[in-house]
Amino acid sequence: MVGLQLDRLTARYGSEEILREVTTPRFPGGQVVGLLGPNAAGKSTLFRRIFGLLKGGGAVCVDGAESSRPIVYMPQDTGANAALTVYESVLLARMQGRRLKVSDEDLDRVDATLAELGISEIAKRELGNLSGGQRQMVGAAQALVQQPEILLLDEPTAALDLNRQIGFLALLKRIARDRGMLILVALHDLGHALRFTDQAMLLQSGRLVDCGPTASVITSDTLWRVYGVKARIEPCSRGVPQLIVEMPD
Amino acid sequence: MSSVPGNMAEGRGFYRALVFRRQAILVGIVAALFLSTCADLALGPARYSLGEVFAALFTPDAVDVQARVILWEIRMPVALMALTVGASLAVAGAQMQTILSNPLASPFTLGISAGASFGAALALAFGVVLVPAAVDYVIPINAFVMAMLTSFLIHTLSMRRGVTIETIVLLGIAMVFVFNSLMALIQFFADQQAVSAVVFWTMGSLTKATWTKLWISTGVLALVLPLLARHGWALTAMRLGDAKAESMGVNPKALRLEVLVLVSVLAAIAVCFVGTIGFIGLVGPHVARILVGEDQRFFLPGAALCGALLLSVGSVLSKMILPGTIIPIGIVTSLVGIPFFLYLILNKKSSTW
Repeated sequence: MVGLQLDRLTARYGSEEILREVTTPRFPGGQVVGLLGPNAAGKSTLFRRIFGLLKGGGAVCVDGAESSRPIVYMPQDTGANAALTVYESVLLARMQGRRLKVSDEDLDRVDATLAELGISEIAKRELGNLSGGQRQMVGAAQALVQQPEILLLDEPTAALDLNRQIGFLALLKRIARDRGMLILVALHDLGHALRFTDQAMLLQSGRLVDCGPTASVITSDTLWRVYGVKARIEPCSRGVPQLIVEMPD
Repeated sequence: MSSVPGNMAEGRGFYRALVFRRQAILVGIVAALFLSTCADLALGPARYSLGEVFAALFTPDAVDVQARVILWEIRMPVALMALTVGASLAVAGAQMQTILSNPLASPFTLGISAGASFGAALALAFGVVLVPAAVDYVIPINAFVMAMLTSFLIHTLSMRRGVTIETIVLLGIAMVFVFNSLMALIQFFADQQAVSAVVFWTMGSLTKATWTKLWISTGVLALVLPLLARHGWALTAMRLGDAKAESMGVNPKALRLEVLVLVSVLAAIAVCFVGTIGFIGLVGPHVARILVGEDQRFFLPGAALCGALLLSVGSVLSKMILPGTIIPIGIVTSLVGIPFFLYLILNKKSSTW
């Protein structure tokens, strides 16, 4: 099974250092790892560095990968309007670097991906006519259709309604487990992180503050230090840990 | 989020139908092109019926010498030049719009046409020769050199740090104004006769076409098209934005530079032989986008065919509006094309751009 480990990873824009020696233990396939941290903590930069779009020091160590391009990255949606249907835009993601000719197998993969995400009904719509949430689901389809072994998702739930958020994160958890895929997902909702991620990485100003099982990373102490928020983590009546935020004075 | 088998087969069927419809549209445009070219051949000071045109086309030895000379030697290069130049301008515009993510990008708005006009005007008004060449080719070569210098300048400026793709279009528009001022300056100092020549050149006219010029521009088009087609998926991905394209493994900066160089040559060659024809490079791609979408496997041939058809129809109309007079094509394409264009963009269902 695939594994990912980061070793003293750095990145800079010009003279500004965005990532400072991020080192993690090995994350094994089959897990969902939450990438947490306040705005401008360097979450997107870390993804771009892992994917190879940014140069810098340190090493991204991938082991056990079967394909030559195991990592797929889904950036935040920028809302571009192309005269393409949803179906074509997902096919497009699959066809990069391949021949111009589309095979039945390619179409089957697109169909299966759209069905898996529950967006088959918008396949014929043009990208320009989608809501923010639908765009985000299409972005996820564009990533999944590439059959990644390691998937980097940058805030995939930001524009989704509650039902879609829960459904999408549950699906990620299932896909990771069933296919032995490693999914790194940047999240702002720490409640969702507690619920759906196996491990978490907490970033602040480009530095890795903490890393490990999610429940050990999200604590009253780290919430206060990193987010400046007073909060408690308490089990609900069914024993599931919940985040309870206290009103600022 | 369970998979529904019925939906799966439906998606594939939908896509196959979509592809079939697009191919049918492309075939339809080719048929329209053939008819329009025949009409273009038939019209002129001496009129021929379509039957006579077909006869001259397919059995040249069976028609009389006069008809053969007029159709093959005089009108054929002009009619075919309309196709090549129309296709070149529309393809150049389509790819500029694609890589710059801007619906206003075209050889005209990036200053390439204006640069060509300035180069031609230098030769027409003052006999300035930028590259020594045969007399027949001084004006086109001057125009080509200035057009390429313009795009080179835009490339160089766009490579500077912090220059965004929006800035490139603004640079192009700035170039248009610079060249317009320089043109006004030339017209101010040049004598009356030269001013007329410059004005006529900038109106754009297909009557300057010869077989040699036709072969050169067709050859360049035939070289550039496969080089663009090779990047089909990558160019389509560019329309999803740089970040998305990058995440799909495309290198937007390298692709943008390569395509900008290719389409600059394409546009410069087209403009240097026939003068400024502004409308085709902007509108041809939009018509193609509405008809076949932006998957480059259809968009690229679609833009080429739409551009060729628009200019060919323009050429036919330029002979019909005032019998006995061929109105400069640059004037006709804008006047006739704009109502058609407005109809298309105001009636389309989706919100592209």
